[in-house]
Amino acid sequence: MHIPDGFLSVAVSVFLWIVSIVVVGYALKRVGKDLGERQVPMMGVLAAAIFAGQMLNFAVAGGTSGHLMGAALASILLGPWAAVLVLTSVVSIQALIFQDGGLLALGANIFNMGIVGVAVAYMAYHTLRKLAGGRKWGLYLGGFIAAWLSIEVAALSVALQLALSNTSPANLAIPAMAGVHALIGVGEGLITVGALAFLSTARRDLVEAGEAGPIKGSLVWVAGLLIALVLAIASPLASARPDGLERIAGQLGFLDAARSSRSQIIPDYAFPGVSNTALATILAGMIGVLIVFGVALAVGYARRSVRRSERRSERRDHQVSSK
Amino acid sequence: MHIHFLDPYRSGDSLIHRLDPRVKFVLALAFILTCALTPAGAWPVYVLLFATILAIEILSTLGVGYVLKRAILAFPFVLAALPIIFTTPGAVWLELGIGSWELTISLPGLVRFLSIALKSWLSVQAAIVLAASTPFPELLVAMRAVRIPRLLVAIFGLMWRYLFVLADEALRLNRARAARSGNSGQPGIKAGGDLAWRARVTGGMAGNLFLRAFERSDRIYLAMVSRGYDGEVRSLPLPAITSANWLVLLAGLVILGVLLSLSFLFGS
Amino acid sequence: MHHSIEIEHLSYSYPDGHLALQDVSLSIKPGEKVALVGPNGAGKSTLILHLNGILSGEGSVCVCGLEVSPATLGRVRAMVGLIFQSPDDQLFSPTVFDDVAFGPLYQGLPPGEVAARVEEALGAVHMSAYARRVSHHLSMGEKKRIAIATVLSMKPEVLVLDEPTAGLDPRSRRSLIRLLGELPLTMLAATHDMRMVRELFPRMVILDEGRVAADGPTGVLMEDVALLEAHGLERT
Repeated sequence: MHIPDGFLSVAVSVFLWIVSIVVVGYALKRVGKDLGERQVPMMGVLAAAIFAGQMLNFAVAGGTSGHLMGAALASILLGPWAAVLVLTSVVSIQALIFQDGGLLALGANIFNMGIVGVAVAYMAYHTLRKLAGGRKWGLYLGGFIAAWLSIEVAALSVALQLALSNTSPANLAIPAMAGVHALIGVGEGLITVGALAFLSTARRDLVEAGEAGPIKGSLVWVAGLLIALVLAIASPLASARPDGLERIAGQLGFLDAARSSRSQIIPDYAFPGVSNTALATILAGMIGVLIVFGVALAVGYARRSVRRSERRSERRDHQVSSK
Repeated sequence: MHIHFLDPYRSGDSLIHRLDPRVKFVLALAFILTCALTPAGAWPVYVLLFATILAIEILSTLGVGYVLKRAILAFPFVLAALPIIFTTPGAVWLELGIGSWELTISLPGLVRFLSIALKSWLSVQAAIVLAASTPFPELLVAMRAVRIPRLLVAIFGLMWRYLFVLADEALRLNRARAARSGNSGQPGIKAGGDLAWRARVTGGMAGNLFLRAFERSDRIYLAMVSRGYDGEVRSLPLPAITSANWLVLLAGLVILGVLLSLSFLFGS
Repeated sequence: MHHSIEIEHLSYSYPDGHLALQDVSLSIKPGEKVALVGPNGAGKSTLILHLNGILSGEGSVCVCGLEVSPATLGRVRAMVGLIFQSPDDQLFSPTVFDDVAFGPLYQGLPPGEVAARVEEALGAVHMSAYARRVSHHLSMGEKKRIAIATVLSMKPEVLVLDEPTAGLDPRSRRSLIRLLGELPLTMLAATHDMRMVRELFPRMVILDEGRVAADGPTGVLMEDVALLEAHGLERT
């Protein structure tokens, strides 16, 4: 899932760099506040652990093996902002030192794995745990689905970026990425569940600690939901670009022979001139996510400053009354 | 048993090795950006860019073969772009008949695909030269110079320090599992367990690794605190960049600028 | 009657070029208890990793009459139980029961058989009460015993140990030595613990710089102070 250099247009790369810088910058401040001086040793060593953890593998079939990406696990155990830092470190070092992913494309890779993967996993995990009302199955089902979604939605994100950069036709890249990663996501889900099972028995407190309170996490939760929705809706729309598939269909002689069944090859959406509209929808979606991010950030800040001033006035009242 | 092979740095005393890491970092990024901005089909410029990076590879005494071999790692991703040779509209270059199927490769599609492949290949070479000729601590210096937050750079540094330690542990976990993965030899019984079980066991190993790392990070924190750490990352000021290095930086940027301008003459 | 371990002219170089083993030959009969001693870096751990096919070098390694090769790895690993130095790297399942059950489960044995083997193995290391405990919380001595149990449950013919008493306090060490003495298996242990060698291992092989420097009765070799010192060992 690491995109090398040369495959994304400069516009897409720069845009995603900006988004990543903003989010990572905020994550640094947030984690600094939450962890204090523990931030550097903890984030550093855990990033190394995720990286090393990606070396653990299990045999799938015929010589192939599955292994961990880690966004969901990090998100569940550390909370979303620390997970952003940890995954950013892993992806950055992978790009810089091991050329696993490009340097100009690093912004996109951080976005896909460290932000989208984390946000979506966080959203899914906490939703399912709430639904389970604290029962054990919530942990495992939540972990599995969070992990699966982190892979699948990140893959969709990659496919859309490739399509927007005109590197891959949307109607091939999206189904291909979605299909392959649906399977890979299962592996990630199972490993994540296994890790959670181990940690639940060995250090239950760590598993519980990752649960941020509802207000602290709501920004990420909303962002996670929106990202998942936007990508889930935008992807089939983008896939519906008739250009690419139609050309091949025409050349293969399918087009005339089966005009009636064309609607099955290319899903029929209500929008006329679907290709352009699809692209516009994706762009709108991404801008929309940014706007929501911004609004949620602002709301989060506002809430915190309101609470801070409330606490300050509470303390003042206490001081007054205790006199 | 140590995992030496993880560290890509190959020591040497070439001109490239001796360049200031900040200059190398910026030039590598500038090279990659130039490749990205070069339009599709500007073949002469691609050749010139290749000549440039090849010259640097030779100067670095890293071994052109070594760099090119590592550059192949990024190649599988090229398949993602392959379909555009069929789907980009434009003049027909080749018609393929496979059985009763007919596929048309268009000229613009082919140009675009080859351009992407070339640009990617050139970019990854620049990244390889950077990583192989610069010890990691110097790369951290370069990151600081480019204004990456000190806290993040400190996190990278600690990650690097413990990467090999933890990778060793991961390797030993794999070996311990392999040592217990036997075949009873009894007829009719298949070894290996089912896929879901194997994945969950791997998860347990990951959890084990994670937990030990977490507790280790606690011990490291205590060691840091015992030496006066208070959360603020303080380091010695960076030495000034020598004029020789400034010259190299300038020359590099100028060359890339010229190549980029040329490319707009050739590109589609 | 085959040898439990038969190594002939084994040589091995690490990927970075370091020559770890040079023309090592060694045979161990069933039931024998052999200690592998030598300074750090002698190649003891490297040699051990060849016995179950984790590493493979030039020369031949036969285990219980079977040549170690990619095709026979499954069988070899069922017959040779390897216990590594750090128990933390070997206890990767949530509970003790899960860890000890891993071997038989992997082999595809039926659940009833698996449970029986776990019980037997834990009993052999005197840790029957620990089945539901969490491995992570146990002491070093307890973890070392559980690590042995994880291998015993596979009912191997040969037990190979890497530094079994390293890191143990005197009491845990004493009880581990007693335990090893009780196990009837063929045994090869790489160790620095010369006192344990005297007690448990009638035969001693000295490895130094990848070569077999000496191979003979422990009682005899221990008296040769010059030989011991030449290879970084101390007489105890």
